[in-house]
Amino acid sequence: MSRKDIDEVTGVETTGHEWDGIKELNKPLPRWWLWTFYASILWSIGYWVLYPAWPTLAGYTKGTLGYSQRATVAEEVAAARAAQGRFREALGATPLEQVKDNPELLRFAMAGGAAAFGTNCAPCHGRGAQGFPGYPNLNDDDWLWGGGIADIHQTVRFGIRSGHGESRDSQMPRYGLDKLLDEKQVADAAEFVLSLSNQGTDEAAQARGKETFAEQCAACHGEAGTGNAELGAPDLTDAIWLYGGTRAAVIDSIRTGRGGQMPLWEGRLDPVTIKSLAVYVHSLGGGQ
Amino acid sequence: MVDTAVERRAFADAAAALGCGLGVALGLVLALKSTDPVMAFHGSLLALAGLAGGLFILKSSFGPDGGKPADDEDYLDGPIKVATIAAVVWGIAGFAIGDFIAWQMAFPALNFDLPWTSFGRMRPLHTSAVVFAFGGNALIATSLYVVQRTCHARLAGRWSPYFVVWGYQLFIVIAGTGYLLGVTQSKEYAEPEWYADLWLTVVWVVYLLVFLGTIARRREPHIYVANWFYLAFIVTIAMLHIVNNLALPVSLTGTQSYVVFAGVQDAMTQWWYGHNAVGFFLTAGFLGIMYYFIPKRVERPVYSYRLSIVHFWTLIFLYIWAGPHHLHYTALPDWAQTLGMTFSVMLWMPSWGGMINGLMTLSGAWDKLRTDPVVRLLVVSVAFYGMSTFEGPLMSIKAVNSLSHYTDWTIGHVHSGALGWVAMVSFGAIYCLVPWLWKRRGLYSLRLVEWHFWISTVGILLYITAMWVSGILQGLMWRAYDSLGFLQYSFVESVEAMKPFYMIRALGGLLFVIGGLIMAYNVWRTVRGDEPVDAMEQPRIAAAPELRPVAAE
Repeated sequence: MSRKDIDEVTGVETTGHEWDGIKELNKPLPRWWLWTFYASILWSIGYWVLYPAWPTLAGYTKGTLGYSQRATVAEEVAAARAAQGRFREALGATPLEQVKDNPELLRFAMAGGAAAFGTNCAPCHGRGAQGFPGYPNLNDDDWLWGGGIADIHQTVRFGIRSGHGESRDSQMPRYGLDKLLDEKQVADAAEFVLSLSNQGTDEAAQARGKETFAEQCAACHGEAGTGNAELGAPDLTDAIWLYGGTRAAVIDSIRTGRGGQMPLWEGRLDPVTIKSLAVYVHSLGGGQ
Repeated sequence: MVDTAVERRAFADAAAALGCGLGVALGLVLALKSTDPVMAFHGSLLALAGLAGGLFILKSSFGPDGGKPADDEDYLDGPIKVATIAAVVWGIAGFAIGDFIAWQMAFPALNFDLPWTSFGRMRPLHTSAVVFAFGGNALIATSLYVVQRTCHARLAGRWSPYFVVWGYQLFIVIAGTGYLLGVTQSKEYAEPEWYADLWLTVVWVVYLLVFLGTIARRREPHIYVANWFYLAFIVTIAMLHIVNNLALPVSLTGTQSYVVFAGVQDAMTQWWYGHNAVGFFLTAGFLGIMYYFIPKRVERPVYSYRLSIVHFWTLIFLYIWAGPHHLHYTALPDWAQTLGMTFSVMLWMPSWGGMINGLMTLSGAWDKLRTDPVVRLLVVSVAFYGMSTFEGPLMSIKAVNSLSHYTDWTIGHVHSGALGWVAMVSFGAIYCLVPWLWKRRGLYSLRLVEWHFWISTVGILLYITAMWVSGILQGLMWRAYDSLGFLQYSFVESVEAMKPFYMIRALGGLLFVIGGLIMAYNVWRTVRGDEPVDAMEQPRIAAAPELRPVAAE
């Protein structure tokens, strides 16, 4: 550079070039910047020595620590299994009904059941097992398929209408969709069903509906409409409604037959976890 | 005497018109032959675009100025104006869609149970709109402006710059409408299907040629640093785009294709692309903006030439290795994860080199931070850049990543970079560019820029602090075990815990959208030619070069 160009404000020389009025100062690299950069390179080299780092033709450099992500995961899983091993074995060997008699085992089953419930069941039944329309509330004492711990265990294992051979299964006819009853008959039957829980308003319709009920519904729901847990037929005399207790909802239930499904968990969760789930759900409210 | 300039011009017009004709023909074939309604729709878009382009070329060629040779002394600013306005328009669309899906996260009913408004389609629409439509147009506009000024040369090509800008808009429309109609190849930030990718490749190669051609005809002995960054951005994006989108179409008239990679190789290619989209699109390109607009606006020399060289080459060399840090604790081999992490940590200082050069360029002009909100936008963007490029290496460390990965912390990190750095530096550049391009005495209102600055800054802070808290909370909830070794919280519980933060985030986003609208109003009034309301408060540099009062030197 023949002619030195000095920036007046800083007193620093520029590089002598100018682009559209922009110049550049000829400043050295900031020391701290450079040394921090070197330090990060040294740290990286150290890391490469210790850990798997560079691919080679025959594989990769393994590092002096012998670290392997897969091995670490396997170890951690094994350690977690071992920590629970005693309880898991005991829970597996204890008959379902007797779990409650062993406080330590009960505590383990409840904790495991709550965790498994949160992950697997809560999306449909709610985090507090409070249920949603179409997904039963598990806190009350109204059980479609029986509330004994063995009943609940069976339901969790094989699900409801899951297609598995052991699954709980039943099908209410689609009275409206399949034209088994005409619209008026459906409405009358609904009126009678509502009267079972003292919600009826039209006595003439109830009387007509009563006949239909006796012919079509009583076989499963019982003469008095109190339901049948063998068939998953709900009690129609209480105020608990899986699909809603309004007139429109009851009519819709009779028209479509509903028939909700629950997946089977056998094979997806291990037997001890399923057992824990049964203990947990049984404890929630009205376990019989 | 045969005037070669006239001949060259006629040849360029003929070639461009022919190209438009080809576009029309191809579009018509697709529109008429394809059994895929989306492809037929996109074919007709291509045909219409070709028709409009062809008519424009013919009109200009046979119009009153048709025979006149181009004035090579003038800068070509028409396409730059288009890209500037496009950046503003797409930006607001992209921010608004982003805020809409932020509210969806807090209130899922806002999905409306419609396929077109579902989060799955809206999310790529948001990311593509802000990164490629807003950011891309800001990059195209500024790069074509800067390369002309710093090379002291008119853009290469007669129609090519127009093709780059309008072709890019066509790509955006094809990609965006594709998402809405459910067409995607399901690669993050590379969702457009094969035919949109091919179109973008053509546009991008022309962009590269225009840029290189302009540099080649420069009248300055040296290439300014901003142009190194722009060139690195253009070249690397071309490479990333082509490799990551290698795919086999099911049919030449259908929208669907299969990506050629599979399994962990596909994941690695995707994040090699994804990370360097951040590195070269959102970092290198925007550093190009910074290197021109900060020294230009504050009228001070760049802090250190040497630092600009060293941090440029180290940044370029190191960035390309860092992608595997997106795949920590996955099926990716340990050694690749190590390289991804260590290269990310080494990248820290090269990134900060840009920050130092940006901030320290204000030496001797720090008072402008107080008086000029445009300078403040530019400088605060660099501060956010520094923060994000510290946070990035930190999050790439495996121990940190095991907590942060898959949580909202990542979202917060991305947005401190995207809103704080990319958007703010673009806003600053747009506020500089508009009066310069439209030859105005200044912006319509510098006070509105002040409002824009503060509203967006508060919005960004709400956004990123909400995501830090929510992300760390999420990470801690997911890894909490009870004394018996069972998960303490279910996933659903962690989702419930996010709700207040999702609302704060959406509120921050709303402020950012409002800031964008203020900018659009200000830009519109400036372009329209309204006299500045606060002319006395604006620095002389705010005016177009030919309208600047002579400095009292």
